[in-house]
Amino acid sequence: MEKEQFYYDNKIVKMFLWATILWGVVGMLVGLLVAFLFVAPGLLEFAGSDNAISWLSFGRLRPLHTNAVIFAFVGNGAFMGIYYSTQRLLKARMLSDLLSRIHFWGWQLIIVAAAITLPLGLSSSKEYAELEWPIDIWVVLIWVVFGINLIGTILKRRQRHIYVAIWFYIATFVTIAVLYIFNNLALPVSGFKSYSVYAGVQDALIQWWYGHNAVAFFLTTPILGLMYYFVPKIANRPVYSYRLSIIHFWTLIFLYIWAGPHHLLYTALPEWAQNLGTVFSIMLIFPSWGGMINGLLTLRGVWDKVRETPELKFFVVAITGYGMSTFEGPMLSFKNLNAIGHYTDWIIGHVHIGTLSWNGFMIAGIVYWLATKLWKTELYSKKLANTHFLIGTIGILFYAIPLYIAGFTQAFMWNEFNPDGTLVYGNFLDTVTSIIPMYWMRAIGGTLYLVGFIIMAYNIVMTAKIGSTVEDELAEAAPLKIISSGRAAGEPIHSWLERRTVLFTILTTIAILVGTLVEIVPMMLVESNVKTIESVKPYSPLELEGRDLYIREGCNNCHSQMIRPFRSEVARYSDNDPELYSKAGEFIYDRPFLWGSRRTGPDVHRLGGKYNDNWHFNHMLDPRSTSPGSIMPRYTWLIKNTLNASGIEAKLEGLASLGHPYSEEEIANARQSIATQAAGIVENLRQDPEFVKNYGDQNMQEREIVALIAYLQRLGTDIKAGRTAQN
Amino acid sequence: MLKYIKHNLETIDGVAIYPIISLLLFFGVFLTMLFIVFKMKKSNIDEVSQLPLDSNSINLNEDE
Repeated sequence: MEKEQFYYDNKIVKMFLWATILWGVVGMLVGLLVAFLFVAPGLLEFAGSDNAISWLSFGRLRPLHTNAVIFAFVGNGAFMGIYYSTQRLLKARMLSDLLSRIHFWGWQLIIVAAAITLPLGLSSSKEYAELEWPIDIWVVLIWVVFGINLIGTILKRRQRHIYVAIWFYIATFVTIAVLYIFNNLALPVSGFKSYSVYAGVQDALIQWWYGHNAVAFFLTTPILGLMYYFVPKIANRPVYSYRLSIIHFWTLIFLYIWAGPHHLLYTALPEWAQNLGTVFSIMLIFPSWGGMINGLLTLRGVWDKVRETPELKFFVVAITGYGMSTFEGPMLSFKNLNAIGHYTDWIIGHVHIGTLSWNGFMIAGIVYWLATKLWKTELYSKKLANTHFLIGTIGILFYAIPLYIAGFTQAFMWNEFNPDGTLVYGNFLDTVTSIIPMYWMRAIGGTLYLVGFIIMAYNIVMTAKIGSTVEDELAEAAPLKIISSGRAAGEPIHSWLERRTVLFTILTTIAILVGTLVEIVPMMLVESNVKTIESVKPYSPLELEGRDLYIREGCNNCHSQMIRPFRSEVARYSDNDPELYSKAGEFIYDRPFLWGSRRTGPDVHRLGGKYNDNWHFNHMLDPRSTSPGSIMPRYTWLIKNTLNASGIEAKLEGLASLGHPYSEEEIANARQSIATQAAGIVENLRQDPEFVKNYGDQNMQEREIVALIAYLQRLGTDIKAGRTAQN
Repeated sequence: MLKYIKHNLETIDGVAIYPIISLLLFFGVFLTMLFIVFKMKKSNIDEVSQLPLDSNSINLNEDE
């Protein structure tokens, strides 16, 4: 058949490349800032310590870091590699230049929207899904554009068989669509505020079904696809085992979905769901290591080339780091190890091994190589690339090792008992202060890693300068002969499948839906999974406003609300009452759930009644005044800002429609209820002469702090009220 | 919202069979896949493995 001439679109690849570098630097810089806030909490108080800046506080910046590095950095990096490899593997230009550009600019718009809304506290609090509903809708639209472009290109291809990399891109597209939509289902109650349609335990399960699979299908599968293209391409060797890649693909996408509950071990999630999460997480070692083996062994016979080629060095560390991370993850899914690691820095260390080595270094290697192709020139400085590699690798070590030490230190300190049964480190702060040196080391590690990255940025800019742009690359290939879609005689089944795009996509979707449905449907529909507790009632209007402030300030980034059934935890958090670990039924009115993932500060689920209102007031104003050694930020604006309760009726109506028992009368009287409860709190505050002296003449009952205090004092008290009633 | 489906799921006797079916399905598919993969011809494997390496060479469908 006559060969056709066509052009690969290089311009779109270049656009994604620049975006990757830019957002990589920005996202890592925010990460570095956040790391330094651990060791210098007052670092960003540019307007003085009694005028802390709300949009520069840890709780608001941490989600900005996670979103930036995941969606802006890895996102753009993945698209860069996908657009380059897809066109060449399919011997076709992308379906539509217009769709490519809409995808690109639409994605950058999401990032800018995140950069503005997250520091402003417009957040849903759900990890890696913090963006509020208007942006969520935009994300879905752009994702659909990406999908049409990708699948449309596959349908118009000139290469009949779809190579393994493309299967991974298909799986990414399909699964992220399902995950993102279902986790972000929320009822809007105002322009930038919504409540999750799920509550408590169910919300937790949906969140971590999403959260773990965001790791799987945004941070892993697209990069695996890139690995299967760029490692062979740059090493000039075929993939080690195509057979293994087939098994790797299907097993990975099937098993990964089930692993979500390993984020919820020893919590109020029902045992059967926890156990499924553990078992499948352990099984996941096999496909993950299959991928690692395939990637590393592709380099057999060309190890001398690795020595000479910086890109390959990055790939080797990346794939090894992937192997480490995917061994550690399953280990952490064993309940005994999880009991130690959960809520500690061990988890942060684990995450960053994966992200810094696998994501960061795969993307770095690809960027270096693509620059030479896109600008038709040698790299400006191979020496600088090697320097980046060295500094980055050392950075990873300095990042992760201190955090492992910090994690173990904190876990064992939390667990240490005196012979008389009391906690050795009863003051949570003792455990924080002892790991500050590790936080310094981690910040140094992060600095090294970022410096390496900036060196790369410089190298690429200089490479572009000395090269000449290739916007459209000429290629030729014959169009496909039309052959029957049925399986030809003797055609292997998987080969047949590889040329049936739509069928392949449907089967991928089914594979990921199985785990989804088995774990989620019973949680939603079988009532006995969440045992009702009679005394648990909805939040009052003022407490609800307070809860929304807790969410706005990102308190869940440092504080958990899930007391595990451990002796050490009931001793520390529930007054040594062995019955008072956190129960599923206590969270039925929590939209969204706020169980948290990390204890930089103590768990607060049973905070209600533990300290008086004054303590909370002073603690928010300056945490170190009540808790010497604390690294918590100051929340001075909560004392200054007037509470905006104008949306309270809409919020209560929204919650009522989701099943919360608010009567029409209660909703009509909401503002009155707020005023009364607030006045009560201020009366308590006035018991302190210092308060009267400094704030006596201000309308403290109209300020945000009062709402937050109301919420904090309500936490975990309902179940106790129920018990005293019984007694 | 879900109360119509909920009632039915709770009243099904032995609803536990569904997750068991999915697990069996998975193992069935997995084992079948293993079998198919080991039966694949070497020549086919080599052909497809070369795809990233020769993006400018003659289109492979000539061989069909």
